[in-house]
Amino acid sequence: MSEKYFGASVKRKEDAALLRGKGKFVDDVKLPGMLHACFVRSSSAHAMIRGIDKSAALALPGVIAIITHDDLPEPMRSRRLPLYVPNPNMKQVFMPCVLADGETVFVGEALAIVVAESRYIAEDAAALVIVDYEDLPAIVDPRDAIADDAPLAQAGAKNNIVCNVPVRFGDTDAAFAKAKHVFRESFFMHRGGPFFMECRGVVGQWDASAEKLTMYASSQGSHRFKRTFVDLCDFDENQVQVITNDVGGGFGPKGSFYVEYAAVAAASMLVGRPVKWIEDRRENFVATQQERDQYWDMEVAADEYGKLLGLRGRLLHDGGAYVTWGLVLPWIAATSVIGPYVLPAYHLDLVVVMTNKITCSPVRGAGRPQGCFVMERMMDRIARELGLDRAEVRRRNFIQPAQMPYNIGLTFRDGKQAIYDSGDYPLSQQMALDHTNYPAFEERRKAALREGRYIGIGTANAVEGTGLGPYEGATIRLSTSGKIVLYTGATPQGQSHQTTLAQVAADHLGVSYEDIRVVTGDTNSIPFGMGTFASRTAVNAGSSVHLAGIEVATKIKKLAAELLEVSPDDLELKNGGVEVRGVPEMRKSFRELANISVGLYGFSMKGDRDPGLEATSYFKPEQSTYANSCHVAEVEVDIETGHVQVTRVLVNHDCGRVINPLIVNGQIVGGVAHGIGNALFEHLLFDENGQPLTTTLGDYLIPMATDVPNVDVIHTETPSPLNPIGVKGAGEGGTIAVIAAIISAVENALTPFDAKLTNMPIMPEQIVRIVNGTNKIAAE
Amino acid sequence: MSVNGRTYERDVEPRMLLVDFLRQDLDLTGTHAGCEHGVCGACTVLVNGRSLRSCLMFAVQANGASVETIEGLANADGSLSILQECFHDHHGLQCGFCTPGMLMTLTEHLRENATPDEQELRVVLTGNLCRCTGYQAIVEAGLDAARRMRAKKEAAE
Repeated sequence: MSEKYFGASVKRKEDAALLRGKGKFVDDVKLPGMLHACFVRSSSAHAMIRGIDKSAALALPGVIAIITHDDLPEPMRSRRLPLYVPNPNMKQVFMPCVLADGETVFVGEALAIVVAESRYIAEDAAALVIVDYEDLPAIVDPRDAIADDAPLAQAGAKNNIVCNVPVRFGDTDAAFAKAKHVFRESFFMHRGGPFFMECRGVVGQWDASAEKLTMYASSQGSHRFKRTFVDLCDFDENQVQVITNDVGGGFGPKGSFYVEYAAVAAASMLVGRPVKWIEDRRENFVATQQERDQYWDMEVAADEYGKLLGLRGRLLHDGGAYVTWGLVLPWIAATSVIGPYVLPAYHLDLVVVMTNKITCSPVRGAGRPQGCFVMERMMDRIARELGLDRAEVRRRNFIQPAQMPYNIGLTFRDGKQAIYDSGDYPLSQQMALDHTNYPAFEERRKAALREGRYIGIGTANAVEGTGLGPYEGATIRLSTSGKIVLYTGATPQGQSHQTTLAQVAADHLGVSYEDIRVVTGDTNSIPFGMGTFASRTAVNAGSSVHLAGIEVATKIKKLAAELLEVSPDDLELKNGGVEVRGVPEMRKSFRELANISVGLYGFSMKGDRDPGLEATSYFKPEQSTYANSCHVAEVEVDIETGHVQVTRVLVNHDCGRVINPLIVNGQIVGGVAHGIGNALFEHLLFDENGQPLTTTLGDYLIPMATDVPNVDVIHTETPSPLNPIGVKGAGEGGTIAVIAAIISAVENALTPFDAKLTNMPIMPEQIVRIVNGTNKIAAE
Repeated sequence: MSVNGRTYERDVEPRMLLVDFLRQDLDLTGTHAGCEHGVCGACTVLVNGRSLRSCLMFAVQANGASVETIEGLANADGSLSILQECFHDHHGLQCGFCTPGMLMTLTEHLRENATPDEQELRVVLTGNLCRCTGYQAIVEAGLDAARRMRAKKEAAE
């Protein structure tokens, strides 16, 4: 096999339809007889529901049904959503009912679903539904949740603590006892939410005669949704089909199964017609899961050279009202702290609490940005205290390439020891510094200062566990039409799977990537799938495609060899057929072979042939593969307004072998933009009663075109030894370290004001306060 | 109203939004509703040549108007327009949800500004949010489209 498409910046197969307005998003689905739904949502962060009066709403013409918890079909009514990521460290678990049952625990929780002839009528009716609340105290700030006398976020809870578990290795007491330097910091980190441009949505169609449920869903994994329907309704696997076509962004929270999806399915079962629900943007701010808040109180121990000796402290994580993601997010944060550095001892008390806010979900980066932020801020603190250059402190602490594979001493989110498989961290930073002429920046900064301009530079490194298991699958089939089709459960939301997976397959089959039809996210096309999250598709689905491609090519050659009476070794796949190398007239087309392979009606199968030319592979990674990055950011701060302009970002990323540089770089640049939002703009605010205060894109700002600089992307390339194509994940690497780099740069720019930044995001008012809070004249 | 050169006559409720009318009544689902409060720009269409949020406009307000949507951008033979082609070449779209608004906003701007610079296009695009691309490839696509349009015009002259 020669590599023609693997590694090439070919253009995307997805674009032709999307550029013509012919995409197939969930709101584009239109079924005969389809009704429209909207939800009655809780306006209280914590209350008992004394009654729901639907009479006025039901009287409205065009209203078909208003369904509350008691109306749900069994067994859905008496069940709660299943927890798919259990963890023995969780002391208590609360999962949501499909529609709230007597108690509501966050503003936005679904209380009833209204089904009507149009969305307009459904919304009119929802406004007429009267809910009788008996308000209870709400826990809003996770720091209040741990007090002994704290009100309970859930009426049936023992307290508000989901988990309190140490994450540790080495002897931190001894490390701190011998340390020359100990520094203490408290960090607050807020990561906002996903805010994909396409809100959530589903269309549900219950076919009573066939007893089958078909769901069209905007999702990150249709198979996971299918499993929830199976579990909630006691269906068998063939009674549910979930189809995910084009998805307008996911970033984590579209991987969650939400109660609204089950309610739409229930509505279709009860009214006997297809039902569509498309989330509007206000709902998106109150009912789509968010990543939000972590508080870290940390101490670092270092020796006289600035080398790390130990790190210890506590992480307090706001899990929100339900723990549908278990400990996934804080666990990743806790284990991502170590990054590319040698850390001899670590002790983190991981405390997860429930609050009366929408459930916490991983968002692009998924805890890694917070872990990275803690370590990188500590690096800057050590540099400042010891009078060392910030990059130099990092250089002194890097894990060296010769130490690979490197066991950091913790169990990662995948349940395996976190063993870094590959990477050259010193080289990664050195290349990044060289590309940005980092050593010359201090002179630039001082020169700018003389002109009254405040510029700064920051650098940050991250190691990211990617390519999480358990598996992803791919089926490659040679159709009797001669077409090649590839099926996978890896469901994209803009990551270009149809192009990159076709590239991996094409090289094995001797065709253009454009000749392979890629079907993603249809549960009827492949039995098992996990979906797209944790930067895992290239590793898992990519490897499966590679393995299935080899197997199909082998089958094709074997059949052709029989027919042409030659050895399979003499054959090559070329231009949609198989031919004897150097003798192109000795050839069988794919179409001919596929037709022969399925046999003749009634006739005995020849030889030891199996029917069909297809192969299915499920690649099961033995552990995560660890990508890494070094980010350098430059900013200019307007000290009058507090505005921060990010003027430059360079990312040196290592995702092993790159399948398509155009697409990977697009992922990195987009990830950087997301990180800029986290560093400078995005903050979900709640009042003391748990009422969300940021419920429009005018209150909650995501970066605009003028907020994002052109990003330079370079790559170190250390192939992963853990999968056959040597790749590591790339979807989140743009975001993770850029937040710490930008905030380091802001701190650097505000050197004349002695700024010490320990939070994200940094808002303009904070900068103005820092500037106003000092009498120091801005000159050095 | 006329949409992409074709005339439609419909009776609509006064409160029907233009975006819903295009999508639901005319089945022109290429225009997307992203926020329904006029910030994200995914629903941008051209009304009498001017970019407007179809989520902030009632269908009846477009009575008699000439509306252009993403479905009308390709050439008569079905091939992509220069701007669409440049989005393809520069990887100017990922999930594709904001793309209709991006294309309509840039189509309007490039009709009247043959030689835009990068900062100008970034300012023009502040009315269109994208969560996937970081805008860089969209801006590159817009600049390249302007270059190719100029070259085409020169070749024709």
